[in-house]
Order: sequence, then structure tokens, then C-alpha cells
Amino acid sequence: MASGNTLDVPLHEEPHHDGEPRRRDFLNIAAVSVAGVGALAIVVPLINQMNPSADVLALATTEVDLSKVEAGQGVVVSFRKQPLFVRNLTPAEISAADKVDIKSLRDPETLEQRTRGQKNWLITLGVCTHLGCIPQGITSGEDRGQFGGYFCPCHGSQYDTAARIRKGPAPKNLLVPDYKFTSPTTVVVG
Amino acid sequence: MSFPWAKHYEPKSGFTKWIDQRLPLPRLVYGAVGAGYPVPRNLNYFWNFGVLAGAALAIQIVTGIVLAMHYAANGGVAFDSVEHIMRDVNGGWFLRYAHANGASMFFVVVYIHIFRGLFYGSYKAPREMIWLLGVTIFLLMMATAFMGYVLPWGQMSFWGAQVITGFFSAIPVVGETIRIWLLGGYAPDDAALNRFFSLHYLLPFVIAGVIILHIWALHIPGSNNPTGVDVKGEQDTVPFHPYYTAKDGFGLGVFLFIFAALLFFAPNSLGHPDNYIPANALQTPAHIVPEWYFWPFYAILRSFTADFLFIPAKLLGVLAMFGSILILFFLPWLDSSPVRSSNYRPLYRIFFCVLVVDVLVLGWVGGSEISPFKVALGQITAAYYFAHFLIILPIVSRAERPQPLPNSITEAVLAKKGGTSPAHTALSGSPVPAE
Amino acid sequence: MVRAIAILIGAGIVACLAWALFGTVSGAITDPAPPTAVEEFHRHPKDVELASNGLLGTYNERQLQRGLQVYKEVCSNCHSLKHVAFRDLTQLGYSAGQVKKFAADWAVKAKQFDPKSGDTTERPNTPADYFPAVYYPGTGNPPDLSLITKARHEGPAYVYSLLTGYQDQPAALLKHFPDAKVPDGLYYNPYFANLNLAMPPPLTQDGQVTYLDGTKSTVDQNAKDVAAFLTWAAEPNLPARHGYGLAVLGFLLLFCVLSYGAYQNIWRDIKH
Repeated sequence: MASGNTLDVPLHEEPHHDGEPRRRDFLNIAAVSVAGVGALAIVVPLINQMNPSADVLALATTEVDLSKVEAGQGVVVSFRKQPLFVRNLTPAEISAADKVDIKSLRDPETLEQRTRGQKNWLITLGVCTHLGCIPQGITSGEDRGQFGGYFCPCHGSQYDTAARIRKGPAPKNLLVPDYKFTSPTTVVVG
Repeated sequence: MSFPWAKHYEPKSGFTKWIDQRLPLPRLVYGAVGAGYPVPRNLNYFWNFGVLAGAALAIQIVTGIVLAMHYAANGGVAFDSVEHIMRDVNGGWFLRYAHANGASMFFVVVYIHIFRGLFYGSYKAPREMIWLLGVTIFLLMMATAFMGYVLPWGQMSFWGAQVITGFFSAIPVVGETIRIWLLGGYAPDDAALNRFFSLHYLLPFVIAGVIILHIWALHIPGSNNPTGVDVKGEQDTVPFHPYYTAKDGFGLGVFLFIFAALLFFAPNSLGHPDNYIPANALQTPAHIVPEWYFWPFYAILRSFTADFLFIPAKLLGVLAMFGSILILFFLPWLDSSPVRSSNYRPLYRIFFCVLVVDVLVLGWVGGSEISPFKVALGQITAAYYFAHFLIILPIVSRAERPQPLPNSITEAVLAKKGGTSPAHTALSGSPVPAE
Repeated sequence: MVRAIAILIGAGIVACLAWALFGTVSGAITDPAPPTAVEEFHRHPKDVELASNGLLGTYNERQLQRGLQVYKEVCSNCHSLKHVAFRDLTQLGYSAGQVKKFAADWAVKAKQFDPKSGDTTERPNTPADYFPAVYYPGTGNPPDLSLITKARHEGPAYVYSLLTGYQDQPAALLKHFPDAKVPDGLYYNPYFANLNLAMPPPLTQDGQVTYLDGTKSTVDQNAKDVAAFLTWAAEPNLPARHGYGLAVLGFLLLFCVLSYGAYQNIWRDIKH
């Protein structure tokens, strides 16, 4: 516990012309700067811990086996903890969707644009774009609404066979997630 | 504050003037840990540990808050949620190891802080209130640490909760009722785990509040110093900032270096392997020990192996264990010596050193498995612990002839540097310049 | 007055402890605890040389892969590994595709509950799944191995020693402690806490596991590899921890040097 210097000279009488004080002050500035860098660095893990954890990220993609879904049927798969509607459209449903004049739509998109090469596989999130309810119609026997697609019971939004909004309060078509076919009967979503 | 030469905060810009008239927080900080707080110029490195304790608490609170975002206080999932933090949460292992080892660092720092106070008589008038608040903080820390150790819900967590709440069952008549009330059941389970989590989150903020009182009380008489002699004038002090902020910055660096070495290279060295086994109410670990910072007190508890007169051994052990801490509340009145610093108390100094060794031995005994030799050693050291405070201190403080005290801090400083250059002695009486 | 009371109380406590000490000492002399078989025959784990040992330890991917193979072919029949997910195996140097196949091929399938029918059905594991629970039909309770090397003193050495430590009960033990004969259905192992273990020797002969990387498969090698694998399973972040640790210590060292310099600089004119 000893400072090497034993002089008891008041600071303001320190000679300021020999360049010495500037070199010394550099030390103070460097120490404070390094402390600042350290303080910033420690914030990184504190913020990053709120990002999705590894187990959540592991479920960011979902593989769906299409081989058991017959034409006219649909399945609900869990994708990122949300329902994913996978529907195998019948030729009649496809032509019904194609016949619609897209200029008349609230959210104009063709079935072509809403599928990935194979027009019969309609894959959308099962989350109504109005206020987030799960629409009915994916399982056979449920109310599909007057356009034969999906019907949201919460506020009466009606979707057609391309899952486009046709009637009711929802502003957008059901969302099509990123996905790609890894084989003719397998699709990887996310 | 109470020093007439303390500098006063002078807001320079219009903005700081505006703030100062409405919420003089900068003024408060300036007076508390800024240039407005004159501190004895001769403090040694042992005076770093107060600030370090504050830093340790801050680390615990910050890491604790983020861990609580991932932890689940339910017996079925608590253990798994901790493993989830360790494996899957981004940087989770770092945060959890920091929190677990941070608790140990906090206690190391606080123990050194306490022994600093004991050696230099920092508990004596007019600083009794600082000491009393400090002992209160220590008690709160122990409660917080105990409840925190229960949360991972491993074997040591569970059985620690079982044993420690069992202390209360030693109380005659109402003991068992109190124990069941504490646990919200007949054994540690979800109810206990959940309330421990709640209190573990609450108490650190209570500690922070008591620390504010502790520092407030410190600013009335000002800091003690290695000579124990009162500050006589401006030449005896330097402003806290930049002198002690710089010194504390260096101290903090060393503290963090040791902390990081522990955290990154030996994070489980102070823990117990059994706490990586999920809690099992039907199987007691072969060797139950608390965390190391409780070992001396655990040794005192275990030393009371025989009933005495009409009092059962179990009650004696529990009373003695709590008593060993509560005794500290009476310390300012047990030690009647007018001299603060042990540097000038030749007899007390010896007993102080014996006490340090005694507490270390108690700790070793408390952390070991029981054998007749260790029990006997624990009984001897426990007896010394109580004798030190209750018998030796009151007698020594009367009987001892203190060595002559320096007239002032400045005189002591110059005497220590003695022979460097007499020419400077004349200068040294001059006031220390203010920045 | 305070001090008089204190001295009185202090004398009481010291008397109480002296009385207890007398009991301890006389008890130790008149009625010494007899030695036990565990005290005399329990052995400290043998040291095992692993890449993860030491302050800068890291993992040897090939050894972890061999250890995984031993776990899969030997341990996993009875012991679960529930805190480890299949996706974690990419840390062993496997590609995502290999991990996917490994998970799908795992013998115990993932359970899934169908809320509509109320049935629990099985499906192949995916990388996102954790190693499934193991149904153990026998008596006893094989512990989960995810944390075993952290849940035992000197865990890696303990696992290695236990697996290679099975032997016949020493004659000297039976001579001194005739009542300590190994109970039926248990196996003598000096590295186990109470010497008698319900687990039959899992690694019995060299070549029990055929290593894919051509390493000679001996009991000793199998035990070492699985100890390494379980060390990884318990502390998968160890290499990252050591790496960050070095960087942080270097940074803090720099800060210590600079802040010491600043401290000396600021105090240079103050005698203290």
C-alpha cells in the first residue's frame, strides 16, 4: 500500500509544460475507456439471454409428411407453437380458386402465388389475420364458410379455397410460411 | 457532510442547475461518493471491501433477475429448468455460474469487510449504528443465500431446506407449528419452494435498502481509518472522488479477475456434487453440508452434543448458532476500550488473530464429516468463539494498556514514511489540495 | 452491567461446551466407533486421462463419438440421458443429416399424445427431441446419466473407475467383517459408495463394442470413452467456457494494470 511518490505538492502547482501530465492523464482515460468497454460487453449476455433458446430454435422448422393426406383432406401440424394448416386441394377447389377475379380481392393473390409449384398443396398458418383465432374448416366436418375454405367463428371472417380473405373483418389472407419440398411427399416448413 | 471543509456541489451548466433545484440527486451522489465526501487519506486495501460488497450485490441482483426469467419454481420442473438454463438458454451457463459463484464472492468480501471492522474497531462509538446495520445486512444475506440454494431443487437444496427449517422445531411447544408454517407443509415441497423463490427475489432489495442506511450512517461520523484516530482537519482527508474511486476501480478489477477465474475455470469447485442429483424426499445424502459460508455456524450447531442441565442439546445448538451471530449486535458495548485500532492494542491484537484462526478451523470442522476428533475440535473452537466475545473482550478492554496513539492521521502517515525526507514534514501539515 | 452479564452468559456457554467436550472425549475412549468395511475398503477414483481435464480442457470429438457408441450399445438399455437432446450431438462432430438419422433410428420412440382420440402413440425421434426415458424392468433405480459426472466427486474418474473396478470381494474384507458379505444380486465394487452395487458389470470383455473408427476396443478404452462422453453430456459448454474465460481474464488483467496505473497516477502527490 504505497504510492511510489511521497511528495506532498498541491496538484495545481504541478508543472504542466514538460509533457509529463498528458502522458499520465492518458492512463486515466485508458482505464476508464477499458472499463466502459467491459461494461458494454457485459450487457450483451444480459440482453441475448432473452432471445429464443436452443430448444425453441430447434423447433423453428417442422417437417410434414404429406403422403397420408388425401385429396380433399387437411391436417393441422404444430409449427412454432402455432397451428399450421396443410390442405390437399381437390381439382374442383383449385378451379374454384382460379376462377376468382383477383382484382376483386381485399388481398389480391393467386393460388399460384400462394403455393410452391404444386397447386394442390395449400400450406398456411391457422391463425386468423383479424385477431388471431384459429379458423375452422381444416378437419372434415367443420364449417368451411360460404367460400369452401376456412371460417373463423370469432368474428365471422370467411376464407376461400386458397385461404384468401373474402368476407368479414380480417384484413389479409391466411399467412403462407416459408417452406420447401424436400421430396414429393415431404415438406420442410420454416 | 459533517466536515466543514467538505466541498459543495456546484452545478455548472443550466441543465444541471435546473435538475439541482428540482431533484438534487447529483448533489446527493456528489456528497455520498463524490468529491464532496472527505475520507481519511490513510485507508489501506481493506477499505476496498465495502465498495466490493456493493458491487457483488449488484452482480447478484442483475444475474438473478435474468435467471428468474427462465427459472420455474415448482418441484416438478425446478431442477429441469435450471438444466435448461445451463444448456439451452443463450449464455445461460454463464449467468447461472455467475450467480452461484457470485454468492460465494459476496460472502468472501463481506467476511473480510467484517473482520476489517473487528480489527480496526469500526464498530465503536460513534459508529455503532453502522455496525448494527451491517450485522442486519449480514443476517439478511444469510437468509437470502439459504433460500437461493434451495431453488435448484437438488438433493442438497432439499435436505438443506429440511435441516434448516428443522432448527425451528427445536423451539419448545410451538416449534413444530412454526416449522410447518414456514414450509407450508410437513416437508419441503412446492409451497416451500415457491415462497423461498418469492422471498429470495424480495430480500436483495431489502438488503439494498439497508445498505443505503448503512452508508447514510457512515457519512455522519465519516470513515474510520487504520489508526482509529479521528480526523482532525482537512490535511487528514482526501475527497472520495477521484482518490478512492480510482483505488476502488483497481480493487474492483482484482475482484472481478478472481471472480472470473472461479466462474470460468472452476465453477463447481465451491458447490456440492449432490446438488446435481434431483431432490428426492425418500433418500438423504450421506453427508449433508451447507454452502461453505455457513460452515462455521454449522460447526457451532453440531458442537452441542450433550444436554446441559434441563436444556436439550438440539435447542442449545440452535440457540448457540443464532446467538453466535446475534452476539455481534452487542459488540460495541462488550468492548469498552477507548482505542479503536488494534494496531495500538497489543493484547487484543493477539486475541483477534486467534479468533481469525478459530473461525477458519470452525469452518473446516463444519464442512467435514463428523469424527470424534473433529467434534472435539469443533467444541473447543466454538467455546473460544463465544469466550472471545463474551469473556475475553470485556476483560481485555479493561486490562490492556494501549500503545501511544499518534496525534493525527497525518502524523501517523509521516511517521510511517519516516526518514524519507524531513523537509517534507513541514509541508505535510498544509491542507491537501482539493483536486 | 452489560459486560458482567456477557461474562456470565459466556461462562455458561463455555461450561456447556466443556461438558459436551467431556462427553465426546470420554465417548471416543470408552466406546470408540468400530471400523467399518466401507472405511477400510472404499477406494478413491483412479485418475483418468481425458482431454477435458485441466484448466484449458476441451473435448476430443472422436472419443466422444466412441463414448456415444458405448452409451448407445451398453448403457442406454437401462440408463436415460434426459437432459441431452439429439440436436446436441452435432457438437460431437456429426452433420445435421447424421443426427437426424441417429434420432430417427433410436430404439425407444418418442411418445405423442393425440388429444382427439386420447391415445398415446409413438413416432420416431427428431433432432429436437431429448433422449427418451428408459423403462427399466428390473429392481433398483438406474440413475439418469445426463449429470452423473457433475453429481459425483471427481465424476469422470469415478465413472471410469466404477466401470473397470468390479472384482471379487477381497478375502481380507470377509476375514475382518464376516457380516459384510455381498448380498445376493449385488456386485462388489470398491469405488461404489457402499461397496455393493446393483448394476452388473456392464463392460465384461474386450471387443464388446466394435468401434467404427478402428480404435482397439478394450474394456479400459470403452470405460474411458464413455466417461469422456458423459463428461460432455453433463457440461457441453466446457470448451466455450474455457475460451471465453481466457478472453475475459486477459481483458481484466489489462484493466487491472491500467486502473492500477491510474490509481497511482491520481495519488502520486498524496502521502498515505
